[in-house]
Amino acid sequence: MRPDRHSSTASLGRRLYRHRYLYVMLIPAFIWALLFAYAPMAGLYMAFVDFQPTLGNFWSSFFGSEFVGFEWFSYFFNGSDFKMIMRNTLVSSVLTLLLGFIVPILLALALNEVRSQAFKRIVQTASYMPYFISWVIAANIFVALLASEGAVNELLQLVGLTKESIPFLQEGKYFWGIVSGANTWKEMGYNSIIYLAAISSINPDLYEAAKVDGAGRIRQMTSVTLPLLRPTIVILLILSVGNLMNTGFDQYYLLGNSLNREYSDVLDTYSFRYGLQNSMFSYAAAVGLFKSAVAFLMVLAVNSIARRMNSNSLF
Amino acid sequence: MTRDRILNLTGNTLLYGLLGLVFLVTFFPFWQIFILSINDGTDSLRGGFMLWPREFSLDSYATVFSNPEILTAIRTTVLRTVLGVPLTVACIAMLAYVLSKRTLAGSRFLNLFFIFTMYFSGGLIPTYMVIKSLHLIDNFLVFLLPGLINIFWMILVRTFMEQLPKEIEESAEIDGANDIRIFVQVILPVCVPVLATITLFAAIFHWNAWYDSYIYTYKPDLKTLQAVLVKILNQYQTGDMLSQAQQLANENKRIPVTGESIRMTVTMVATLPIILVYPFLQKFFLKGMLLGAVKS
Repeated sequence: MRPDRHSSTASLGRRLYRHRYLYVMLIPAFIWALLFAYAPMAGLYMAFVDFQPTLGNFWSSFFGSEFVGFEWFSYFFNGSDFKMIMRNTLVSSVLTLLLGFIVPILLALALNEVRSQAFKRIVQTASYMPYFISWVIAANIFVALLASEGAVNELLQLVGLTKESIPFLQEGKYFWGIVSGANTWKEMGYNSIIYLAAISSINPDLYEAAKVDGAGRIRQMTSVTLPLLRPTIVILLILSVGNLMNTGFDQYYLLGNSLNREYSDVLDTYSFRYGLQNSMFSYAAAVGLFKSAVAFLMVLAVNSIARRMNSNSLF
Repeated sequence: MTRDRILNLTGNTLLYGLLGLVFLVTFFPFWQIFILSINDGTDSLRGGFMLWPREFSLDSYATVFSNPEILTAIRTTVLRTVLGVPLTVACIAMLAYVLSKRTLAGSRFLNLFFIFTMYFSGGLIPTYMVIKSLHLIDNFLVFLLPGLINIFWMILVRTFMEQLPKEIEESAEIDGANDIRIFVQVILPVCVPVLATITLFAAIFHWNAWYDSYIYTYKPDLKTLQAVLVKILNQYQTGDMLSQAQQLANENKRIPVTGESIRMTVTMVATLPIILVYPFLQKFFLKGMLLGAVKS
């Protein structure tokens, strides 16, 4: 038993005093959490008032503003934008989920089959790279590649697939595909790591046994690797369903423009534009709160499902 | 050929084809930007598929590196990284150490208090209001304080600390060392691997950060490289003919640079440090990512 055990019977004051330096070490993080995590949460109250920034500084105008209850929320739900924003948010994140979920699994399976270690290393190194650059750089790259004289259009014309350049970012209908492709591009290497780790923990004897039974490499993959990966795949799938509302802000804001807005505007960018560019602070905060609350509930639900499955199927 | 060998051959073709495609898709975009940045700007306007510069030219680099706005942006970015990384790593290490002490009075509450911030946030607008009320608008501290703690990295460090053998602390406790001395002299030295990992994460975070500079600052000397790049991208996206990149190019009329070649060059300049640092440190990244992946 730990020696601390004895101190748990000591008085609270003595226990606090004994570890006073630990509490001192906590001070910077504690202040950070209060100011930059909890104060904005308290600030969400502005979604329930008609916030007038002209009434003085933030907190006094905050409490001086008229209370309007759920008016901003019903304004949002009944407005014409709601359907469009929700459609963009959900469709693009479902597409991202499908593509961004399957590709890393295939990548990990393929990397595991490669005999040449040098080739494997080169592919892995390249595939992790996009994860480390900012969305600003990624967006600049995609805008260049997808421009009318960009590499993608030139390549399509070179092989004769199209005669004229496709206006990828100027026409909204391509946006969901582009953004889910970009999401997958950026994260596939990183997301394949966990599958590679799970594969490397599979007992090699199982493959030996399969070989003795006459299984080829493909059969080994379908009968040994995939069934043993299944629990990992299921858990990660459930967890990513919980994140459907969290599309991310950067890629939509940076790849979106006024021409594709009807397809590129999601909850985060919509709230940003109304709040910081149109100064409809309370409305924007209500949209943001709606997103945070739904996302939070989904993550909670999904975590508890995953935990239950985890204890049943993994061990 | 037997059926098995044909299957094996198609399997291998598929395998190497798929992985070759992954390599091309992830590597080629970077290569393309690099080529466009070292190709003559006017020549690039002709379009065409380029795997190699048609007319090699470093003029756009000369333009970019002689532009005061870009140089200021590089300086600001380096400064926030150099100051922000040690601050963040130190505060996260302290927090992780305290939260790893599960027998500490209030430990359950404190862990919940910090973990909760990972799942729920006030969102963009209230955060902006709080930043404004704290007078952090147009203040260099806005680069350091809001991002001081990252709970995800903290969990990495906490997990690492929880797995350390308890004996190493106990002998120091018997010697009468206080908690700060134990932390500095006993715990920190053995945590070097995980601290190296989050140092790299923090450095990448600071180098890549754009939102804070873009939204919370107006002064030109507080614009980071990524924020300048967003401005260039926005102007390009809205088809602004006198975009910033174009203006930069115009200042240099004698040499053939264009708005687009400038945009590619600034993108390259912002990417290069990460590309250079990346292969050497991949080991640390992988370790950290694996820790994080297993944890989540």
